[in-house]
Amino acid sequence: MLATALIVFREILEAALVISIVAAATRGVAGRARLLVAGVSAGIAGAVLVALFAGEIASLASGSGQALFNAAVLSAAVLLIGWHVLWMSQHGREMVQALNVVGSAVRDGSKPPSALAAVVAIAVLREGSEIVLFVYGLAAGGTNAAALIGGGLLGLIGGGIVGWALYFGLLRIPPSRMFSATNWILLLVAAGMAAQAGQFLVQADWLPALGNQIWNTSRVIADRSALGHLLHALVGYQARPSGIQVLLFVATLAVIGGASWRLQRSAGTRRAPAPPVSAA
Amino acid sequence: MIRIHTTGLVVAALLAASPLLAEAPQVNLQIKTRAFEPAQVHVPAGIKIRLVIHNADSAPAEFESYDLSREVVVPGGGDSVVYIGPLDAGSYKFFNDFYPASTGTVIAAPASTLSPPHD
Repeated sequence: MLATALIVFREILEAALVISIVAAATRGVAGRARLLVAGVSAGIAGAVLVALFAGEIASLASGSGQALFNAAVLSAAVLLIGWHVLWMSQHGREMVQALNVVGSAVRDGSKPPSALAAVVAIAVLREGSEIVLFVYGLAAGGTNAAALIGGGLLGLIGGGIVGWALYFGLLRIPPSRMFSATNWILLLVAAGMAAQAGQFLVQADWLPALGNQIWNTSRVIADRSALGHLLHALVGYQARPSGIQVLLFVATLAVIGGASWRLQRSAGTRRAPAPPVSAA
Repeated sequence: MIRIHTTGLVVAALLAASPLLAEAPQVNLQIKTRAFEPAQVHVPAGIKIRLVIHNADSAPAEFESYDLSREVVVPGGGDSVVYIGPLDAGSYKFFNDFYPASTGTVIAAPASTLSPPHD
């Protein structure tokens, strides 16, 4: 049962981290709960579909279908996060003002795009489909139902607790810095996803690895350690990254971060007088 | 300890185009009654390999390797393909993430020292 719990926990954790970051990043937005519920529900439905068609997906592209599917889904998430981060770079100040008024929500017309709901859906779909396949395999292998359900619930609760902890940690950030903090975190998450997408494309032989192992930090933070898993879930950490992973991580940071910086600067200069730096 | 490999990004980028064009030799691996067959997969070092994993069981499996930085779901009764390498000579552990007790090793050796395939 513990082995089941551990595997379910690990998959839940990855989705839970994304959900809690999105929840923090959409704090004060009208309809946030609906957005999150829609994302999670769509993700669960997608996970079941992906698990059902796992055989068909795997056999696509002469056996590399899984890797290409993962790369496509991760790339979509990177674009959606990029879109959100850029939108926030333009509208962040209005959002902060709304947050400062207790209980007020951002009015229609300055709502952030619901891109993040899709990001939640994608995270749930990816991790959820693995849970479905794993649990199906156990059930088919004759593991008894009590151990299966017990282990599954234990993993679900554990992953949920870590997600909540991260969410409440993020809530401690003062409102004036909230969105710039969540924007930074989302930017790192997107960079990590881009790196993982690149690795899947290497696995499918669609991209060159540009060096199988650029460095090896497995003695500092092993992939299989708790911290390694956590960092993998957050920023796509791998102890032995390939060149393309490092390249895509840096390129994503540079492209989205650079565009965001430019938007923020031009949004700042349109207004007079210029706000003090400390309030940004 | 951080080890910076001599194959830098730039050199690798220049070399990268050629292996993409070459056809990678195929190596087969099977999952049967939750065990990898063979548990030791011998491959030539220094070239890219097309590893075809067949799952003879009905339960889905996930081939995963931290050493190789690879993970792929292998559906029950299905096949999945992962490209690995070019590898340095050495051994690389892998396991079934859905059944972690089931493990195996890819052993990469210079092509000349490889024993002929025995299947």
